[in-house]
Amino acid sequence: MCLNCGCDGHPHHSHGDRHHHHQLHHELHHELRDRPHAHTHTHNPDRLADDVENPSPTGAERSSSGRGATTTIAIETKVLVRNDTFAARNRQRFRDRGLLAVNLMSSPGAGKTALLERTLAEFHDTAAAIVGDLATDNDAQRLQRSGAPVTQIETGAMCHLEADLVFHAVDRLALSRDREFLFVENVGNLVCPAAYDLGEDLRVVLFSVTEGEDKPLKYPTTFKLADAVLLTKIDIAAAVECDRDLAIANIRRVAPQAAILEVSARTGEGMTAWYDFLRERRL
Amino acid sequence: MHELSLMQALLETAIARARDGGAQRIERVTLRVGALAGAVPEALAFAFEAATPGTLAAGAQLAIEWIPATYHCQRCDRPFESADVLDCLCPICGLPSGTIARGRELQLVSLEVT
Repeated sequence: MCLNCGCDGHPHHSHGDRHHHHQLHHELHHELRDRPHAHTHTHNPDRLADDVENPSPTGAERSSSGRGATTTIAIETKVLVRNDTFAARNRQRFRDRGLLAVNLMSSPGAGKTALLERTLAEFHDTAAAIVGDLATDNDAQRLQRSGAPVTQIETGAMCHLEADLVFHAVDRLALSRDREFLFVENVGNLVCPAAYDLGEDLRVVLFSVTEGEDKPLKYPTTFKLADAVLLTKIDIAAAVECDRDLAIANIRRVAPQAAILEVSARTGEGMTAWYDFLRERRL
Repeated sequence: MHELSLMQALLETAIARARDGGAQRIERVTLRVGALAGAVPEALAFAFEAATPGTLAAGAQLAIEWIPATYHCQRCDRPFESADVLDCLCPICGLPSGTIARGRELQLVSLEVT
């Protein structure tokens, strides 16, 4: 089993060009399986303030001095360099085509697809969408009814979208020059997607009135990176006794930079403000 | 988050660079990790131990430079550090800031090799 994503290790056609990614992991894991456990030394973050300038070993198990002179190779690259390279390519493509790219994130079930159904109906001549899920193309089929170009990414078991998947999805869309908006509906997850730049212009985070007013406080890193936060399903706020003012105060606390909108995709309440927000940011 | 996946990506780069430099083994790997990067040092350490055996980095030490979150106060036009993820208030004027200046780093800084 792949330790990374739990798949069975055999290339799966729905992964598409992720074959290579998984193959590297499998080779590494097969190598490791029968190796003796190695000891490494790491720095407790509480000690790091002292160690930042001169990292020192926390144990005496290995000393580099006994093994001859060491050389330092400066690297200074991002760990996510591969993702960020694709993200930069995506960003350039979107700019070249005059597309405003929007990355939509939320917990599963907060209403990303319902929001996009309405949004694509409004912008059917000028918008396109990419939807990410682990499995099924249900959401893409649902959104295609708007008449806008939509393509599905099935990640297999990956809990977030990455820039290379979006890059290849854009190829499948064959976008014409009249498109002004590209919506990317991320996998439902308020933790992992935030770390992966997809090349978007805007990050929009949704949470619904059923999730609790303190949702933004529980997932600060994702909310802190939002350009806009949408409180969704407001038509049932009273029924679930959601304190909307408290929810908004919590958004402001964690994400003072974010625009805040309250919407109901079902009734249409607040959706005009959402469409205006998008139109104002067109390239 | 995905510390094992991150560690594998990082080790690919590290091993390639070490080999390019003619190194026989990697003695130390230094990372820079920001407080807002979504990676936990303990999990990185665990992933390092899982991923390095049998590679050029077998037995190497992992060093982490931890970068606290730094925000920019729009009113004072100055940066400030804050360890509080919920309330990022300027210590001078009290205005909340959502402008992140530092803390999203996730970088392979350097290697010590022999």
